[in-house]
Amino acid sequence: MKIELREIHKRFGAVHANAGINLSVGTGTILGILGENGAGKSTLMKILSGYFHPDSGGILLDGAAVRLRTPADALRHGVGMLHQDPLDFPPMRVLDNFLLGREHQFWQRRSAARADFDALCSEFEFRLDPDGFMFDLTVGERQQLEIARLLWLGARVLILDEPTTGISANQKVKLFATLRKLAAQNKTVIFVSHKLEDVEGLCGRVAVLRRGALVGEAQPPYTTAGLVQMMFGQALAVGVRPAAPLGAPQLELRGAEFAGEHIVLRNVDLTVAAGEVVGLAGLEGSGQQQLLKGVAGLVALGKGSLKIGGRDLSQASYKEFLAAGTAFMAADRLEEGMIAGLTIEEHMVLARRGKQPAIVDWAVARTAAQAGIAEFNIKGAPASVVEGLSGGNQQRALLALLPPALKLLAMEHPTRGLDVESAIYIWSKLLMRRAEGTAILFATADLEELLRYSDRVLVFFAGEIMAVLRAADATVEQLGALIGGKQK
Amino acid sequence: MSSLAATERQGWVGRVLLVLGPVLLALVITSGILVLAGANPQATLLKLLAGSFGTAVKRADVAVVWVSLVICTAGLLVSFTAGQWNIGMEGQIVMGAIVATWVGRQFVDISGVLERGAPLLVIAAMVAGGICGGVVWATAAGALKVLGKVHEIFAGLGLNFVASAASIYLIFGTWKQKSGGTLSGTVLLDEQLWLPTLQGLRASPYSLGLAVVVVAAVYFALRGTLWGLQLKAVGRNLRAARTLGVATHRVLFSAYAVCGACAGLAGAVLVVGVHHRLIPGISSGHGFMGILIALLSGFQALYIAPIALFFAALSIGSIALQLDLKLDSSLAGVVQGVMVLCVLLVQGVRQWRSGGSGT
Repeated sequence: MKIELREIHKRFGAVHANAGINLSVGTGTILGILGENGAGKSTLMKILSGYFHPDSGGILLDGAAVRLRTPADALRHGVGMLHQDPLDFPPMRVLDNFLLGREHQFWQRRSAARADFDALCSEFEFRLDPDGFMFDLTVGERQQLEIARLLWLGARVLILDEPTTGISANQKVKLFATLRKLAAQNKTVIFVSHKLEDVEGLCGRVAVLRRGALVGEAQPPYTTAGLVQMMFGQALAVGVRPAAPLGAPQLELRGAEFAGEHIVLRNVDLTVAAGEVVGLAGLEGSGQQQLLKGVAGLVALGKGSLKIGGRDLSQASYKEFLAAGTAFMAADRLEEGMIAGLTIEEHMVLARRGKQPAIVDWAVARTAAQAGIAEFNIKGAPASVVEGLSGGNQQRALLALLPPALKLLAMEHPTRGLDVESAIYIWSKLLMRRAEGTAILFATADLEELLRYSDRVLVFFAGEIMAVLRAADATVEQLGALIGGKQK
Repeated sequence: MSSLAATERQGWVGRVLLVLGPVLLALVITSGILVLAGANPQATLLKLLAGSFGTAVKRADVAVVWVSLVICTAGLLVSFTAGQWNIGMEGQIVMGAIVATWVGRQFVDISGVLERGAPLLVIAAMVAGGICGGVVWATAAGALKVLGKVHEIFAGLGLNFVASAASIYLIFGTWKQKSGGTLSGTVLLDEQLWLPTLQGLRASPYSLGLAVVVVAAVYFALRGTLWGLQLKAVGRNLRAARTLGVATHRVLFSAYAVCGACAGLAGAVLVVGVHHRLIPGISSGHGFMGILIALLSGFQALYIAPIALFFAALSIGSIALQLDLKLDSSLAGVVQGVMVLCVLLVQGVRQWRSGGSGT
């Protein structure tokens, strides 16, 4: 099926996620969509699959304008989407999941469905037991089931969002073979990824998104450098930052292992000195979060040892980490950082470390909140609820909550969603912390931010630290290629 | 809990409207039901009023129910603030009553006559025992939730059944009266172990005082203490509270324990102040009613007392309906249920109209 997207616009508040995207995809092709986190890929695909409605713009399928109201509606038009996390029902059987979404059939004809299921599995060489349970399936097998299900429901366009995350190399080979076969059957495949290697190996054409806009297209043979440049933009001159003297080691990891939900970060050896800034580069979900939460005591150390300021905290509780002088700042400010419905002064009271009187002295709390508001230039009052603050002000408030004289500060995306001015302000405060001897670890998708503020950059790929670079020697191109999984 | 958060933000004008609107709506719906049942709505409602406030005896009976409801709801406010639905309140009341009765029975002979001990101390011990019973039962629900990852609604329901079965077992088994187990309960305890009541009435000034103290304590604890703030933090965002350094497990357990203490206290008061024995179904649904009152109050301690009074009046007044108009007293339950549904409906409509998400 031929797809045409015309002038698609989508805003989320102040963020222009899709800014006038025009794209057409022919029948029987595999189109790769490349872009870094937040470039607008998922939004565009969700519009095409009926999850989101565009603010303006149109969708044409085989030349006819359509309005896709819901995912089911999109599927009726032949557009099916495989999500990054397959949306299935773990306690149910494989065949039941397969049957889900079949419309207008109160009595499911299971025997017929089973026959169809078996036929699809043998056609694509999927080895799936229809009577097995979902929770026994690997991510790759869940994808196979989802592909079979969407095809059975009549999908002629298949959108895959980051399908190679979390599946084995063998499964990837099989997935690619399946997708090529589908293209040969005149189905249209859209393959969303930020892994250069996968896109280069599979796709007959590549469209690159950056900051909500389609910045370019490419056809084989691809040049990695060309794709990277399109993804990340022109390399800007990186400002020189004053070198700070490094102190004693504040963080020492030896053979450390941190397990996350989807990914296990193994065998990390890392020493970070007082006053050192270490940037973590990589696609979201490559293990940066495990490291940041691990060194802050929020994810338990599986193996190895961990020292903060020379003290062994391998088996310590989060409380002991806090007492030792660590802090974690989450990317999701209202999910993990602050509590919606509570005010700035209430946060001040909650975040204070050490012994506190049982009865809150609100006058003291108010004074402390006012001091924080003044020092960090927060646009809000002590009694403002935090969800009413803008993103930048929430981030400032989080900084104001940090205790003085930290040994280690671990941050996810310290400036995500902030305007340039706020970002510069946040970093000026962080660099003051650095000057006081705090070791800072931060993850970001912004390569320039990484190079500008880090002493060292660790590049994560699929749960491993692929490279350690001195920020002064690295370039945006080099980082971009490493993030995409290209070993130099 | 999004609707819970939304109701908290309204001022008192909004709150009054939010209560009065549904009350009127509920009145209309109830009248409709009455007409369908072949009764005159106006006469019935007047009867209901007379049946609850008509005489001193009736007012005292209302006060007895009010005490129980207020203490339970105050406890529930603590667990709701921590984001926990303590459905197990009923069982915790029963456990409080069981332990209070057990303590009392240690000091009396087989026919309930006090054998030893100063009456006041025994009463105090019974109340303390009841509180412990409630705490243990609530902490069990809390442990199932926090450590066992069992949803607190299932944990609470299960424990309710166990507590209720245990009380029946004791009444018809271990603690049965000389004459055999009866529905009237275990042997009546010595009058010296009764909380002193007002002259000729069932209400005790001591239990009324206790209820007021409990509500005031909860009001103050939620408003002014670090613990209250931590409860609020945990209830609204467990992950962020943990990141900020709140000892989330400890706070959750404390919420269950305090809620259970209130339930146990209510159960003990039912024994020392009202029934003077363990009877089947001693909790009389007060735990569930407490949840309705908490919902109606928008989780504000200040509003508990008047709403509980309304509920207590309905419960007592409906007894008169049965006697005088041959209408079943379950009508009170219908009115209460319709009220809560109306409140939730009005809240839902307001949220929907203000453009909030439907999730």
